[in-house]
Formats: sequence, structure tokens, C-alpha cells
Amino acid sequence: MLHTGRWRPWLYVGPALLLTGFFLVYPTVMTIVRSFFGRTAQLFGPNVEFVGLRNWAYVFTNRVMLAALRNNALWAVLFTGCTVGFGLALAVLLDRVRYEKLVKSVIFIPAAISMVGASVIWKFVYAYRPPGVEQIGILNAFVVALGGEPVGWLIARPWVNNLCLIAVGVWIWTGFCMVILSAAYKNIPRQLMEAARIDGATEWHVFRHVILPLLAPTAAVVATTMVIQVLKVFDIVFVMTNGNFDTEVIANRMYKEMFNFFNYGRASAIAVVLLILIIPFMILNIRRFTQQKGGR
Amino acid sequence: MDPRRMASRAPLHLVILLFSAIWIIPTLGLLITSFRDPAGIAGSGWWTVFPRLFSGGQFSLQNYVGVILREGLGRSFLNSLAISIPATMISTFIASFAAFGFAWMRFTGRRWLFMLVVGLMVIPLQMTFIPILPIYRKLALAGTFPGIWLAHTAYGLPLTTYLLHSFMSGLPKDLFDSAAIDGASAFTTFSRIVIPISVPALASVFIFQFLWIWNDLLVALIYLGARPRVAPMTVTVANLVTNRGQDWELLTAAAFVSMALPLFVFFSLQRYFVRGILAGSVKG
Repeated sequence: MLHTGRWRPWLYVGPALLLTGFFLVYPTVMTIVRSFFGRTAQLFGPNVEFVGLRNWAYVFTNRVMLAALRNNALWAVLFTGCTVGFGLALAVLLDRVRYEKLVKSVIFIPAAISMVGASVIWKFVYAYRPPGVEQIGILNAFVVALGGEPVGWLIARPWVNNLCLIAVGVWIWTGFCMVILSAAYKNIPRQLMEAARIDGATEWHVFRHVILPLLAPTAAVVATTMVIQVLKVFDIVFVMTNGNFDTEVIANRMYKEMFNFFNYGRASAIAVVLLILIIPFMILNIRRFTQQKGGR
Repeated sequence: MDPRRMASRAPLHLVILLFSAIWIIPTLGLLITSFRDPAGIAGSGWWTVFPRLFSGGQFSLQNYVGVILREGLGRSFLNSLAISIPATMISTFIASFAAFGFAWMRFTGRRWLFMLVVGLMVIPLQMTFIPILPIYRKLALAGTFPGIWLAHTAYGLPLTTYLLHSFMSGLPKDLFDSAAIDGASAFTTFSRIVIPISVPALASVFIFQFLWIWNDLLVALIYLGARPRVAPMTVTVANLVTNRGQDWELLTAAAFVSMALPLFVFFSLQRYFVRGILAGSVKG
């Protein structure tokens, strides 16, 4: 510790405290309070109306909101399962080939670009033309070449279009999971796997009983990180469908309530839902993280 | 290698090839399309260019000229720079002071204030927009660059402070003792010793923060709105998708312009970049 007197330290930490206090602490408290009030922007003023739980009733009964909650659940399960699953598979498989580095770069590149950019890329993959006209989206070109009818991937509700949006998210985030899981995989002592192989274990057994248990803690941290990401999913949906055709998600709905319908009470309640959903996963992640640190 | 072993490894290579194809083909389609003329794009799939790849006349830079000059993407590129660079510099600057203070200075409430700042990572940004926006409007900060610099700085602080703190608190104590014996003040120790040693950590933080802001859509939509005069590229491209959704010659070129800088950073600073992305994944 440095000896700096009583006031000096506040010059160092003060700006950070002021900024986070104003931009994060104050609004969080206000948004929670706001979720019990009516639609106006000002909380202190003549038009303020206390509405009790009316916004909350809306959040959990409105048809579009229920679809949004359902879609976020779908995202959480499929997106997390696919990103972590593919990341794990790639980490293990790529270790066995000589061109590992090159493929890793290829898979990781989408992490660099904006989700807006990725959405444009995939919107073009999903492009739809009516039957008989030449398809310019590669996915429909495939379908037609195989003798099928072209599909309106982003319009076919509710499963096809949601799956197509989730695929974009998976494409963006798999590289991230792969890099972390690959680092953990390379930390496993090679003798452990060799010993199992000498004892006659098949490659599948080695994976199932040696590799998987040792990677499980890392995979769990990655999975919770993915869940936190996916609960806040916004850009992909905003750009590709704007929540139409039953693809609404919580974050996009919150944006709409705020900027299209100017209902600040409802928008606040939706934001609080997001916070409540995220907190348990954050606690899980922080706890696991500190455990890992302590164990090292 | 004997043929039996090669045959048994064939499925492995096939699976990897399949993954690589899914990751390359969509981006390749975008890139090729962005150089084709509108009639070509609408008339045939981008993969049909391959048989006559070198016949000439099918590729041009017209689409890029169009989006940059006529669709305002050139302006947006500059806006993105004017938003990302100062915001990243301010937040790294403030976070390094705070990290140093929390790591090496004694003051009341040090521990719990640090926990509070870092704990704010759990707050989804959606929780903050509604109370801040009216204040921004009153102070005429909405729709201005300083307004979004401040917002991005504050939103980035929990994570940047945490990352720099874990680096700085790991520095050896002797370093500070010997500096104190030499009569160095806290600020001299910070600026002459701690900052130079922390350059690798600062670089990672800088890159992730820069890319996060560069690729951000939500915060820009909230605080800048859709005004073309100040809109960054993400907002402009999203607007193009809404208004010109079928004009693929514009969309593909615009998307590629918006991805150019991150891709450049990716290929030139890959080591820091990967570290930065991994560190930044928990943010807001």
C-alpha cells in the first residue's frame, strides 16, 4: 500500500465512481421505481400516475411479450447448446489435424465483426425468391437444386424463422467458445489420454470419461456466459426481422416500447425482467470464477 | 501414412471441412456480391461467377463508390471513428487511474466500493436508458459525440477497471517500496512505473473496448438516434436494411465497409485481439 494521505486516493477513483454512479447505479434504481408508474417520461411532474402492478401484468400476460419470453427461452437452450457443443467438438477435433490454426482463425473471425454486419451476411444467405425465379440466396438455391420449394426462412413462423435467427448467433459465438475450450483442452496432461488408450479405451471412451469430466468446469463457465449474452440478444433480431412474424425477444420489445410506443413504464418493467433473468447466471459465473481462482 | 490410417481419418477431415465451409461461404457470398453490378446480382446467384471468374467485366467498385458517397457511409465511417477512438481513450484513462487507486491506495470503503464498481457488470444496459435519456435531452447531450463518449466510458468502466485492477494488483510490492524510498510521489509511481509495465494489459483492454464500441448498435440508437449527421456505421447499415432491403448491391458493400476495420485489427493484432475479445465477453 502507498501512503498518500486522506484525499489523494479519491482523485484516482473519484471519476470512475461518479460516472458509474450516474450512468449505472442511479438509473437502475430509477428504472425499478419507474416500472410501477405510467407511460410518461418524467417521473416527477404533473402527469405522473402510479399504476401499481399494471405494467407487470402486461409483461406476463400480453401475447407478444409471452412470445418474446418463449423465444428468449428457445434462444437460451439452443444457442447455448450449439455454441458450447460445437466449440467443444472443434476444440477436440482440431487438436488432431495440422491445419488447426487456420481453421481456428476462420471460425473465430465472426467475433470481430458487428452483429449488424453478420445479420446482413445471413440475410443474404436466407434471401427468398418465389418458385420459378432464379434463387439468389444460397440456402434456397440448395433447396431448389435438391428438388424442393424455396422457403421464406425469415417469415416461416414460429420455428423455422426463430431457428434461422439463432443460427446467426451460433455462427458469431462458436469461435469464442472454441478458443476458451481449446485452451482448457490443451492443459489436460497428454499422459492421461495415452494411459486410457493403452488400457484399450476407444476414442469415444477417452472423450466421454477422461476429456469431458476435465473440461466440464470450463464448459459450465462458457455456457453461463453464453446464456447471459443470449438473454440480451438484440442486434440480430432488430436487423433481420425486427421481431415480426413471432420472432420478438425481450430486448427488442423493450426498445420498441421505449422508442416506438413511448411507454416508459412498460419499457422499464421489461428492462427489470431482463435484470432479474440475468442475475442468477451472473452469480453462478462469479462464484465459479472465484472458486477456480482459489483452487489454482 | 498408410492408407488404412488415412481412411479412418477421413471423417475427421470431412467434419472440419464442413464447419469451415459453413463459416466461410456466407462471408464469401457477401464479398463477391459487393463487387457485382445490380443486374447481375438480381439475375443469378453469386456462385455462378466462378466458371467465368477471369472473363472480366463482371466486377467493379461501383457499389462501394455508391454507398460511400451517396448513401452516407463515408460520413458514417468518420462518425464511427469519432465515437470509438475518444470513448476508448477516455475510458481506458479513467479506468487505469481507478484500478491503480483500488489496488494500491488506502482509503475508507476501498474494498466495498471496488466490489460495487465491478459488480455493476451485472446490470443490463437496458436498465439505464430510460432515466438517462431525459437528462441527456435536457442537457442537450442527446445526439452529440460527447454524450455518447461519456455513456460508453461509464458502461465500460466496471469491466475495464476489473481487468486492469487484476493486472496492477499482481505487480510486486517491492516495486512500490523502492519507488517510495527514492522519494517518488504516488503520481510519479503511477505514471512512470505502473503505466509502462501495464502496456500489454492496456492494449488488450483498449482493443476490446474499441471493437465493442465500433460494433455497438444499441447504445448508438438510444443516445444518437437515427440522425445521419452523427450516425455510426452500424446504425447506417441497419437503416439501409430497413429502407433498401432488396438492394443487395448496396447492403453487401455497406456491410463490408463496416467490417473492414475490425477485420484489419483482427489480422494485424491477432494475439491482443483474442485476449481482448475473451476479456470483453462479459460486458453489458
